[in-house]
Amino acid sequence: MKRLVSLTAIVLVLMVAVIGCQQAPKELKIAVLAPLSGPVPTFGVSTRDGALLAIDEWNAKNGVLNMKIVPIVEDSQCTPDPAVNAANKVINQDKVHYIIGEVCSKASIPMSEIANAAKVIQISPTSTNTAVTVDKNGATKAYIFRACFIDPFQGKVGATFATNNLKAKKAFVLFDQSNDYVKGLAEAFEQTFTQLGGTIVGKESYNGATDTDYSAILAKVKSAKPDVVYMPDYYNVINLASKQAKEKGINAPFMGGDGWDSSDLDVKAADGGYYTNHYDASDPRPEVQNFLKAYGDKYKDNAGKAIVPDALAALAYDATNLLLSGIKNAGADNTDKVKAALEGISFAAVSGKITFDAQHNPIKGAVIIHVKDGKKVFDSFVSP
Amino acid sequence: MPEKSETSAAVGHGLRRNRAQLAWVGNGFLLLLALAAAYLLISNLIKNPIVFLQSVLDGLKLGFVYALIALGYTMVYGIVKLINFAHGDVFMVGAFTSFFAVSQFNLHKWPQMLFPACPVGISIVVGSLTVIILSMVVCTLLAITIERVAYKPLRDAPRIAALITAIGVSFFLEFFGALQFVFSPRFIPYKSPFDVTSWYVQSGIHPIVSGQPSPDNTISFSNIFLIILIASVVVQLFLQFLVRRTKIGIAMRATSFDKPTARLMGINVDRVISFTFATGAAFAGLGGVLYAIAYASIWTQLGILPGLKAFVAAVLGGIGSLPGAFVGALIMGQAESLTMAYISTPMRDAVAFTILIIVLLVRPTGIFGEPAGEKA
Repeated sequence: MKRLVSLTAIVLVLMVAVIGCQQAPKELKIAVLAPLSGPVPTFGVSTRDGALLAIDEWNAKNGVLNMKIVPIVEDSQCTPDPAVNAANKVINQDKVHYIIGEVCSKASIPMSEIANAAKVIQISPTSTNTAVTVDKNGATKAYIFRACFIDPFQGKVGATFATNNLKAKKAFVLFDQSNDYVKGLAEAFEQTFTQLGGTIVGKESYNGATDTDYSAILAKVKSAKPDVVYMPDYYNVINLASKQAKEKGINAPFMGGDGWDSSDLDVKAADGGYYTNHYDASDPRPEVQNFLKAYGDKYKDNAGKAIVPDALAALAYDATNLLLSGIKNAGADNTDKVKAALEGISFAAVSGKITFDAQHNPIKGAVIIHVKDGKKVFDSFVSP
Repeated sequence: MPEKSETSAAVGHGLRRNRAQLAWVGNGFLLLLALAAAYLLISNLIKNPIVFLQSVLDGLKLGFVYALIALGYTMVYGIVKLINFAHGDVFMVGAFTSFFAVSQFNLHKWPQMLFPACPVGISIVVGSLTVIILSMVVCTLLAITIERVAYKPLRDAPRIAALITAIGVSFFLEFFGALQFVFSPRFIPYKSPFDVTSWYVQSGIHPIVSGQPSPDNTISFSNIFLIILIASVVVQLFLQFLVRRTKIGIAMRATSFDKPTARLMGINVDRVISFTFATGAAFAGLGGVLYAIAYASIWTQLGILPGLKAFVAAVLGGIGSLPGAFVGALIMGQAESLTMAYISTPMRDAVAFTILIIVLLVRPTGIFGEPAGEKA
């Protein structure tokens, strides 16, 4: 008898627990896949922080469609294999329908294949290579979007700026042969620069993941006497190469893309250089200033000072807001509806007003930043 | 059955002839490769001697750094027959120690801070030396710890066990260092204890001012190149002296020759082995600081490739031989630099490791290696 009572009690408790579970408010899981370790961890931290800020803001306003947004953060290391593993984990194990990430094109491309096949919406905040949203046959991957402009655009802006503003006639192109992003920018630069009447006086490749000594390449740069050196690599490579260039007495300015945008860029070594970027904190638009304030309130450095978000944080914030607005406009947690909503969106983001073209690339502008006297200063804004 | 044995003899003979032919083809191929390389270098030397000389100078800078690391590999191998793969990571710890000493504690400025009257020049020299010595000491302690914890318990285990442990230690240092509260996984712009200045040669030596172009067709070099060169040569001479002329050196040679007999002769073999690890690590630490100053960007996997290339250098020179490590390192530096200049930059590592394969195929004992001789 006693046993029966206790058994009944247990069954009752279990039933209550099960019913309680069903009544709990619905949750919407969003995966944030960012390179928190590996070669570019500052990119990953900024991306994560930007995305989490946007999620916090939505949750403070009762979430999306009355669902609490739950972020699932995974480290994808800016490297294809860990990125694929992370994507498989969040899709198959956590059953997410939405992914924000990756930062690096070479990680986003293999990830997008998996997401698209599983009908999971992926918005890459910063992967600029065309192949992220377009497959080998040139067809748009239905469920993949990005929040940033693409490689050809950055290379084009760089070449236009070099020709019109720097009056460069001769350019030397340095690129990492194993990095899709760097190659994409370099090719676009080369094409536009030649079209505008300039000459490419030399082109050299290297392996950015392992090379620390750029002296032999720089000796060639020096003997080619270019007006500008286009090196659209990440800050860690720029730190090494631009310092060695200064030691070799090379005075032509270095130019690059958004890979330069990091607090770890050696501004002394890169002094005199220019790079294209997605946004600048000195932009007076209210979207930028509100974002700056919210980010600074949430994230402080070791000294307790508000952190100024970089472009990666801004784009991750934009990507997350784009996604959540898309879900809200769609009115349901259904990736086909959300995809359609995103295709028709017009969204005033931190990095400019975003609409999507047929290949799921945003249409928006770029800024040119000048590295000067130990500071990164806003130079000009270029519209597409 | 005499027939059968005849056949097998004939088959054996055929095999031998076949092998001889294969060796001939292999040697011919290597000879062709060498001729092609020589042609490439000489034609480019005639075409543009300035670029050639500049590449040779840049290669020397790399080579002398590799020499500092390779000495540690070769000494440890000579004594305990262990390829200490954690050596490259000790090199990395040396670079980070100096970075923290300079950026957090301003150790490079201590003479000026304690004695404001001290002239700036002397202050920089003394301060930088202090930073270097601190890094060497830290690396020495680290190496002794690694030896005690990871290698000593395995001294009588099969050699493969110790080798795998060495790889484990190497990974441990890399990924423990990559933790946020240790060294962090970032690429850190290195803060140098002194300013790297460079000069160009054009009927005299002139300094290059940062941000101003130097004249075309001139050779340039920097103060850190000279420091690396001097440090590397001094260390090599010091080690020669240590091994040939001192009591501990004799003990090291005896230990490398025959461990049980050395022990019977009253040599404290364990202490000698610890001492060898410590000396090698100290010079890896020195190399780490100089490398970081020269290339000015550090991260926790900084030691992997220089470590591997120094290992190739040690094998090329004849592992176990001190002059061998030195010569091997210089050859590696040149091979890399000239590959970058005249073949293509991405080929540099391929060429470096092709050298390893060729040495192992053609002369596994290396240039200075003797099959069984005096090693230390």
